[in-house]
Amino acid sequence: MDWLVSILEFIGAQILNVPAYLVGIIVAVGLIALKKSAGQVVGGALKAILGFLILGAGAGVVVAALEPLGGLVLAVTGSEGVVPTNEVITALAADTYGATSAYILSLGFVLMLALARFTPLRYIFLTGHHMVFMAMLLSVVLSIGFGEGLTWLTVLMGAFLLAVIMVVMPALAHPWMKRVTGNDVIAIGHFGTLGYIAAGATGSVVGKHSPSTEDITFPQGLKFLRDSMVATALSMVLIYLVFAIWGLISLGDEALPFMGAADGGAFIMASVMQGLMFGVGVSVILYGVRTFLGELIPAFQGIANKVVPDAKAALDVPIVFPYGQNAVLIGFISSFVGGLVMLLILGVWLGPAFGLAIILPGMVPHFFTGGGAGVFGNATGGRRGAMAGGFVNGLLITILPAFLYSVMSGIGLTGTTFGDADFGWFGSLVGLSVQGDSVVLGVVLLLVLGVVLLAGGIVWQKRVVDTGWMPAVEHQRFVDERTAAEKEKEVAAAAVRKEERAAKKKAAAEAENTNA
Amino acid sequence: MKIIAVCGMGIGTSIILKMNIDNALAKLDVDADVEAADISAARGAASSADLVFTSSELADQLGELDTPIIIIDDFTNVGEIEEKLIEELDL
Repeated sequence: MDWLVSILEFIGAQILNVPAYLVGIIVAVGLIALKKSAGQVVGGALKAILGFLILGAGAGVVVAALEPLGGLVLAVTGSEGVVPTNEVITALAADTYGATSAYILSLGFVLMLALARFTPLRYIFLTGHHMVFMAMLLSVVLSIGFGEGLTWLTVLMGAFLLAVIMVVMPALAHPWMKRVTGNDVIAIGHFGTLGYIAAGATGSVVGKHSPSTEDITFPQGLKFLRDSMVATALSMVLIYLVFAIWGLISLGDEALPFMGAADGGAFIMASVMQGLMFGVGVSVILYGVRTFLGELIPAFQGIANKVVPDAKAALDVPIVFPYGQNAVLIGFISSFVGGLVMLLILGVWLGPAFGLAIILPGMVPHFFTGGGAGVFGNATGGRRGAMAGGFVNGLLITILPAFLYSVMSGIGLTGTTFGDADFGWFGSLVGLSVQGDSVVLGVVLLLVLGVVLLAGGIVWQKRVVDTGWMPAVEHQRFVDERTAAEKEKEVAAAAVRKEERAAKKKAAAEAENTNA
Repeated sequence: MKIIAVCGMGIGTSIILKMNIDNALAKLDVDADVEAADISAARGAASSADLVFTSSELADQLGELDTPIIIIDDFTNVGEIEEKLIEELDL
């Protein structure tokens, strides 16, 4: 039987422990379950493997581009400066924690299907990159918390927590989502959801009688930020420039070695180049993510459709952008302002007092989650709601990553962290639960966390969502009245125009009559 | 035939769109390769594609392309995609 043991050992160590192969196998299983042709199965699996390997290639580029910035920020401010970037932290962690996270991802997906099938939380979370990020976050935090040799426990707990958060968040946000879309067809499936709920709730407080953002003609000049390659490179170049100039002013020539530059001019241009290279690295990583998600998500969705045919699809945040295109821009700008305000608070007070890292604003999370928050805020509180909602989101996605960073840097993952709100609060809670020495206590705390969330979600779904409660009734009435008034005005104006036309015609006819 | 589905990042809504285009194609019994792309890559990728699918806001940003652009209002609506495919392909 030795040969069998050897084969199993080989498979375990050389195949199932290599994240890329594992992802390929998961995709192949999914495609086989959907009865795809052999060519499609092989092609899909191979593309998933290549996509995962591309991640690693991009991670190297990003790390090289981030290193000088880290040193520079530490030298000029005395604190660590972090730009939270989900793709980067995932790519960084993939080498060590990739295999565990792939198990968490696939088992978590199966458990999610079970929850959607057997509880009232009938949501299918289809935002693949966020599943991947959350699985990686759980894999990292739990692996470190439980220690080595307990991988099976990490996978079980991670999958349970992933499944719970994937069905609970869409349920919690659903009343607001119905207000945004005006119907009950799709749900939001994105781990910036705490920010959207906060924005929706803030909107109904501040904007009962504020007209909709969509009545304004808004300059469309900021739309180019929707292009993530542009947004990433631009924000990183700006951040690099700020700290390069700051470094030159406060450190003088001592700043030059950070970029290996000979003089001030070379120093500035080297920092611009590093900012651009960061954009290059993120683009490479995104290409990898796209390549394997393009295979994984259709396989997952095909399976979900068979198991829970009547469930609601919970989709990525840009799905709400068409419901408030101006609100997206307003939300982005006010989220960015909120991020800067919280950055100041971190720099002046919370950083020195509690040793929290300084979270620098990344354009991509502020654009996508700030934009989403703007749409939710607009739906419940018009222009004021979009502004206040975006602002609150900006505060959240700056303070929450600061907490998460202190948890993750404690276990050696430094340089960046996860950016969106739910990664922040959920990751921090999970991290705190397993921080003690006792594994049993950790498991109990995690079970409590998961069960409380699940029970809360079910109660919310039953008592609030299913009973048809909608937020911001007063605002909606105001908007409806306004639209009705506008329409009336229009109808009246049209009637006047018609009369005028008729009068003119009559006058013309009369004139003709007199002429004749 | 090659079709690309475009969104801002090329990893979220464009994949949903890609799946629904796949469904619509299957219903129409048309054989085509559908790929998701972000808006940066889309302009380049479009030159080798036969059709581009995206939303109205992103269509403005894509600008003038030689490849026909089909604007989809609701990425989750297979019926809408099917209708627009029929119209474009003259089925």
